[in-house]
Amino acid sequence: MASKLTRSNRAGWLMALPGVGLIATFIIVPFFLAFGFSLTNQRLASPNPTEYVGFENYSDLLGMAFFTLEPERDEAGNAVVEDGEIQYPRLRKFTRNNPDYPNLQGKREWFSWQSGENRKVVLASDVVFMKALVNTVTFVLVVAPLQSALALGLALLINQKLRGISLFRAIYFMPVVVSIVVVSLLWKFIYSPGDGLLNNLLSGLTFGLWQPLDWLGNPSTALGSIILMSVWQGVGFHMVIWLAGLQTISPTLYEAAEIEGSSKWQTFRYVTWPGLRNTAVLILIVITMQAFALYAQIDVMTSGGPLDSTQVLVFQAVERGYGKQDISGGSTISVLLFLIVLAISLLQRWLTRERT
Amino acid sequence: MALVTPDNHGLRLWTRYSVLVLVAVIFIFPLLFMAMSSLKPDQQLLSDTNSLRAFLPVGDISMQNYTDAFERAPIGVFVVNSVLITGATVLFTLFVCSLAAFSFVFLEWSGRGLIFSILLATLIIPYESIFIPLLLMVSQLPWIGTGGLEWGWLNTYRVQIIPFIADGLSIFLFVQYFKDLPRELIEASRVEGASWWTIYRRVVMPLSGPVIATAAILKFLFMYNQYLWPLMVVQAEEIRPVMVGLGYFTDQLNVPWGEVMAYLTVITIPVLAFYLSLQRVFIASVASTGVKG
Repeated sequence: MASKLTRSNRAGWLMALPGVGLIATFIIVPFFLAFGFSLTNQRLASPNPTEYVGFENYSDLLGMAFFTLEPERDEAGNAVVEDGEIQYPRLRKFTRNNPDYPNLQGKREWFSWQSGENRKVVLASDVVFMKALVNTVTFVLVVAPLQSALALGLALLINQKLRGISLFRAIYFMPVVVSIVVVSLLWKFIYSPGDGLLNNLLSGLTFGLWQPLDWLGNPSTALGSIILMSVWQGVGFHMVIWLAGLQTISPTLYEAAEIEGSSKWQTFRYVTWPGLRNTAVLILIVITMQAFALYAQIDVMTSGGPLDSTQVLVFQAVERGYGKQDISGGSTISVLLFLIVLAISLLQRWLTRERT
Repeated sequence: MALVTPDNHGLRLWTRYSVLVLVAVIFIFPLLFMAMSSLKPDQQLLSDTNSLRAFLPVGDISMQNYTDAFERAPIGVFVVNSVLITGATVLFTLFVCSLAAFSFVFLEWSGRGLIFSILLATLIIPYESIFIPLLLMVSQLPWIGTGGLEWGWLNTYRVQIIPFIADGLSIFLFVQYFKDLPRELIEASRVEGASWWTIYRRVVMPLSGPVIATAAILKFLFMYNQYLWPLMVVQAEEIRPVMVGLGYFTDQLNVPWGEVMAYLTVITIPVLAFYLSLQRVFIASVASTGVKG
């Protein structure tokens, strides 16, 4: 294919070099460094030489164990019950220097449940990290479908031929150009407990029936509040991508559907939706990748609290890598984050390939 | 005002517009609240939240919060820094990435295909997953400054600019656009003896207005809104950008909300105005990131 006219090694390399060199230095090298550091005990600044530690960082983060705690028993072999509650030995007895249970060494209780007389306990080496992992995945699993569905709804709304529609489109997109830091701070105020703006608004709409919530201060509502705000900020972005997808669908298909007398839902189901498949996969991936990287909202609004209910992966990576100057610990979380994102984009490749 | 056609009856039109307006209110109210609150003293700001007064410029209206905010923090310095860092990065990006894309599309050279696929692969690396090792790296990089060779990039403008000049998406956007340009045009100039550099400068770039706007807007939004990276690499006040400067207000025991709203308004309204004046271009830019599928 190479024509004599365009073959030019020297010019080609020279022109590509600045861009390629910068990407190699500031994206590819740190990417591989993350893998490297995750196998060492590298710190930001340390008098001691860096040592290779194998997969220790990974087992420190991901180590888990399952343990059945049996009740304390009296001489007759019955479970000891005090104040109506079955008494158990302290978990500490097993996790601190107990030679019989080397696999529990240093682990802490993550969660537990009752099973007959026994208590089943799941222990983790790093409970905070586990919570961060679960919160991040929860955030992604809620935000991805919610935000893409709302964005599609908005795109359909804005795809009508009405006078002044571009004004509405411009307004719906507005939060996207506002910094997430600004948005987070603003919503932190809106979410104020008691007499906050949102509480007052809801109380007004329900004629005073609304019980004020401490949105960000309560472990059961904090993550949900952050999800709601994140969707509010980001939904316009994906609305625009949906809109671009909608506009690739040929108008003749809609005309045909109208002539056939199909209902609105049928038109959507059999004309619009099939034309949006690739857009749908793309949007889910984009949202997922953005959602996994969530950081600013947490840093501005909750710092991971209350009770670690809003801890997330990037926040943990920064707290360790930067806050505690533990580059290796932060890098290990970064690698795990990347592996999750990679797995999801491979899934996307597979999903799109199957359909074409 | 309403466009009345046989199948657009007044009532249906009215419902459609009320839905549109209702949704618009959801997107506007926090921003409206921000702008209005910035004009009120703290006490009124808080008490106004229990009525629609929160969204109106009523009561004790003044620019006092702005005066106080500018006294509390060197906001002017932060704004200048952000403009400088964002502007410089955008300009470098446009040049470096378009040049690389030009080379990928119009020139044949060994290793081109391989390098291009590696660049595409970097698209799935989130910046957040490389910031920690990058932090260690930039803390030890060399630089030739006024005083000769020095080590370490922390606390500089360059650490906020150089790592973000080149990225896979910007190059990719240019590549997609260049592919659709008529090749004959380039080959004709080549036959006439123009150098590659001349073709890039005189033929290709003048035809690339739309993609330049797209790449510039996306980079602008990314850079102006950067938070985590400057938080980690910048301690000195004189090179701090606007988003990190917020700490002056939020790290207080009693957050001065009026001043916070004033600061948020100062750093947001110019961007919103810029967006609203060019909204078609902005929206087209974002839409084009979706077409890559």
